[in-house]
Amino acid sequence: MTSPIHPQQTFLQDVIDATPGGDTLRTCLQCGTCGGSCPSGADMDATPRRLFAMIAAGLRDEVLQSNTPWYCVSCYYCMVRCPQEIHITDVMYSLKRMAIREGYTDHDAAPDFSQTFIGYVERYGRSFELGLATRFHLAHSPLRKVGIGTLALDMFARDRLALTPKRIKDMEGLHAILETAKAMARKAEATGGSKLL
Amino acid sequence: MNYGYYPGCSLERNAAAYDVSTRAVAAHLGLGLDELEDWNCCGATEYIAINKLAAYALIGRNLALAQKQLHAPGNGRLAADGRAQLVAPCSACFLNLRKADRYLQDDETLRTATNEALAAGGLRYDPGTIFVRHLLDVMVNDVGFEEIKRRVTKPLTGLRVAPYYGCLLVRPRLGGELSNAEYPTELDQLMKALGAEVVDFPLKAHCCGGHMTQISAEVAYELLRRLLQNAADYKADVIVTLCPMCQLNLDAYQSRVNQHFGAGFNLPILYFTQMMGLAFGLDEKALGFGKEIVSAAAALAKIGEPPKAGAPARRRKDDKALPMPGAKP
Repeated sequence: MTSPIHPQQTFLQDVIDATPGGDTLRTCLQCGTCGGSCPSGADMDATPRRLFAMIAAGLRDEVLQSNTPWYCVSCYYCMVRCPQEIHITDVMYSLKRMAIREGYTDHDAAPDFSQTFIGYVERYGRSFELGLATRFHLAHSPLRKVGIGTLALDMFARDRLALTPKRIKDMEGLHAILETAKAMARKAEATGGSKLL
Repeated sequence: MNYGYYPGCSLERNAAAYDVSTRAVAAHLGLGLDELEDWNCCGATEYIAINKLAAYALIGRNLALAQKQLHAPGNGRLAADGRAQLVAPCSACFLNLRKADRYLQDDETLRTATNEALAAGGLRYDPGTIFVRHLLDVMVNDVGFEEIKRRVTKPLTGLRVAPYYGCLLVRPRLGGELSNAEYPTELDQLMKALGAEVVDFPLKAHCCGGHMTQISAEVAYELLRRLLQNAADYKADVIVTLCPMCQLNLDAYQSRVNQHFGAGFNLPILYFTQMMGLAFGLDEKALGFGKEIVSAAAALAKIGEPPKAGAPARRRKDDKALPMPGAKP
């Protein structure tokens, strides 16, 4: 299937462009060492090996709908064991970004967690655990709130949970940096240049 | 020797025990830690899943600040090769900073774009000017086991320690990690230097589940169960860790894992810097003990006790030693 960014470009090339050191993806031997090394492989609807074959076959929809990248725990076991030195974990991050950008992930917990997390970082410059836990679990697992509440109390009793976020001094500078980066990414999306996406 | 210090968000509150014990031990060893002025979050494993360029710009701001602060003329903090050293105690921060430095060196398009974004905040980063290091690497390779042994006044004799490395300090291999990607030994040796009894811990570099405790709890509980079971199988008194995410998952979610699997794990999770401070005889109050949710008090009371007759063997010989189907005594 061709890319929505460059009509002439394949899905494989999009994934390669989006991934630092992505060229090695072409050299996948289909050996399966990745899936065999994966701690959450059993929960994935396609092992990384299968997913890479699907990418090469241009199955854009199927790949971007797959839960595989979202079950990746970023442990990098596959990456150090891959005989072709494919940057597998980085490929998973690329697929997450593509799936979000192309609208394959509405209302899923994992992308929402990432969005909520970075929302606080973009606003304060630091992460804010209490805000993150409250907003995220309220939206996705209200039934778990009681358990989460007990945990929060345990943390709070040991002074391990801040009630208010901490804000960096030069928020203005950070904001300018991130807005510029995001504007450049939007431009890249509109005009090609998937290396920045 | 002075280092730039990047504590990261976790160390400000939830992993404050790691921060205070790091500062106490560093001061005791004469290591200068110069905190990076106005640092920001590294983006953890989240920003890179949303926006690549913004993620590199976020991490890049920290590297740019480090370049500005640590390369200031006359501060004498440069390594022999001219790079300034920035120390991160959190494995996720360490990897994000290290990886950004490496990928910005390798990828010109990304480097140019990241610097264009940084320029909007009056900053710039030249990849390769900052040498990002993990705190354990500094303790083991710069301070060294001999010096650490020399400083021990209260050896951790009798305490059975499972050394837990997790993922992001040992993998991927971008240069400068610990000795082995799957079976590192540096933390083992450090704990031995402190006088502790180090138990075999085959899962020592397996994953704690990272953010899965939030997103898909059952997936994380299983990974945590494996780690706790493995440490319990080898009769560890404590698990010692070097990452705030690993500590949080194993400590705060341990009762949840017990509930979920009907298990009864009771393993305190401590930072290696707390153990160093303890063995150096530093004031325990200044090392953050008591902040762990699974209390370490009973385990630490074992230190100095003579080993009991019939103490557990290093490797189990009973029927549960290997979970082979049908293996009956």
